Amino acid sequence: MLENQPVVLETRDLSKSFKGFTAVHNVNLQVRRNTIHALIGPNGAGKTTLFNLLTKFLIPSSGSTFFKGENITSSKPPDIARKGLVRSFQISAVFSGLTVLENVRIALQRKHKMDYQFWHSETILHTLNNEAYELLEHVDLARYAENKAAELPYGRKRALEIATTLALDPEVLLLDEPMAGMAQSDISRTAELIQKAAKNRTVLMVEHNLSVVAKISDVITVLRAGQVLDEGSYEHVSSNPLVLEAYMGKKHA
Amino acid sequence: MLPRAYFLAFLVLLALLPHILYPVFLMQLLCMALFACAFNLLLGYTGLLSFGHAAFLGGSAFIAGQAAKVWGLPIELSILAGTLTGTLLGAGFGLIAIRKQGIYFAMITLALAQMVFFYALKAPFTGGEDGLQSIPRSDLFGIIDLTHEVTMYYFILVLFLAGFLIIFRIIHSPFGQVLKSIRENEDRAISLGYRVDRYKLAAFIISAALSGLAGSMKAMVSQVVSLSDVHWSMSGAVVLMTLIGGTGTLFGPIVGAAIIVSMEHYLGEYLGSWVTIIMGVIFVICVLTFRQGIVGELEQRLIKRKLPLQSQDSTS
Ligand SMILES: Nc1ncnc2c1ncn2[C@@H]1O[C@H](COP(=O)(O)OP(=O)(O)OP(=O)(O)O)[C@@H](O)[C@H]1O
Ligand SMILES: [Mg+2]
Repeated sequence: MLENQPVVLETRDLSKSFKGFTAVHNVNLQVRRNTIHALIGPNGAGKTTLFNLLTKFLIPSSGSTFFKGENITSSKPPDIARKGLVRSFQISAVFSGLTVLENVRIALQRKHKMDYQFWHSETILHTLNNEAYELLEHVDLARYAENKAAELPYGRKRALEIATTLALDPEVLLLDEPMAGMAQSDISRTAELIQKAAKNRTVLMVEHNLSVVAKISDVITVLRAGQVLDEGSYEHVSSNPLVLEAYMGKKHA
Repeated sequence: MLPRAYFLAFLVLLALLPHILYPVFLMQLLCMALFACAFNLLLGYTGLLSFGHAAFLGGSAFIAGQAAKVWGLPIELSILAGTLTGTLLGAGFGLIAIRKQGIYFAMITLALAQMVFFYALKAPFTGGEDGLQSIPRSDLFGIIDLTHEVTMYYFILVLFLAGFLIIFRIIHSPFGQVLKSIRENEDRAISLGYRVDRYKLAAFIISAALSGLAGSMKAMVSQVVSLSDVHWSMSGAVVLMTLIGGTGTLFGPIVGAAIIVSMEHYLGEYLGSWVTIIMGVIFVICVLTFRQGIVGELEQRLIKRKLPLQSQDSTS
């Protein structure tokens, strides 16, 4: 059934080298609509680099990327987001000095064309509050709305990031290790949240927590040394000895 | 939000001051305070450290002075000409520098400002080492005599307040929110679809325009413009004022400007170049003890701390 879904995000022979070191090498990835697609691999495999290439925070050395059939290889990062492909960062990226409510409103402002208005008082932004509170309810943060984002515990910051990302209502979400550094209780809540967010959406997610990956993802791509090692269901990739070796290290060496 | 009561108290103070202190000193202070506020819009609210702001202050001061003295324009048009100069220089600098990050941005703005300095040094109309002297002060709108220093003070005060209120409005506007998000996390703002260069450029030009207004006011107040107004040390002084007072606070740059201008004014004649050393020491003390500057530190102590978050957090 999933195989019938159209490809929404695709890379063709995508490569990136840093001064001779190839971090991503000829990657051909196809992400299908309405799936949760996990990207796993050992540290330094090139997962974050691949995200940076997809969102143009890095320029590919060669190869191309397609979003909904459109070649986006030479688009600019903000334009990628405007097309509906929105990323999060491996290190929590909230606007620390702003309140939780303001964080979400920033994402809403652009959509509502309230980004260049310098002549209005910011109270005009209160018209966005209902929508913002709804998003905060969704991630169970409404009661922190007036707190500075910096004051939130780590797990809550990541939840705020997801709410901010969802405020743009993106078609495709790229999440870079959304659960890294989280307590167990936060992990299960975040996993549920991602599943909720993935209704009518596509999620491409880098994650080291394999039990979560096993539980929520439809497809898993394993990356090692910048190359795709294997792809398929959790049952499939977890039975591949090469994957185990890449992930666990060379046990028998 | 600007607490109305504080703002009113501030207004009353400014209105009464020329009857207590020397008006020329106060006017110079207001010019530098507006300059620092304009600089703070960039450093404190957008997160951009420019090291070339002297070009906007001094460049526009020279043009405003030239307009009044040589072109014979009335004072209000001379100030307008100076402000436009600041705006155009800001657009030029901004278009070249805005894509650069961090220290590279500071270096490029410094380099461009040095070009303006050397132009001012060589160009005949600036008077070179002598500067532009005896700039006339025409009647305001042809009717209000500004030779009386207290009258001039109120004129300068109105311009200062206009500039200050523009900055206040921008900081607390939807656009200001976007600037703050860029300051907090530029990559995140980009990933939310913001073409950050455009907002940064807009902020840079506004900051340069208001610095130009401050420079033009200064030219009319002192009736001289000298090379020190375009010198890199002026760019350094505005960084100093803003940091001492508190970056990203509304009143911080005013407090910082008051401290620096007062020191130069009251200590300058006794201590000469020692003032620079004392300012350097104050700067180091500031950076080491209260990073947020005087106003930033006060705000933090006065604002009652909210309940620690953990107590609100149900362990789920
Ligand atoms: N800007 C850069 N310049 C040079 N080398 C880089 C750069 N960015 C990444 N690399 C290198 O590319 C390789 C892949 O890094 P990347 O961050 O993509 O790994 P990752 O799979 O996300 O790892 P992790 O699981 O630790 O986050 C690493 O060896 C890294 O050192
Ligand atoms: Mg990574």
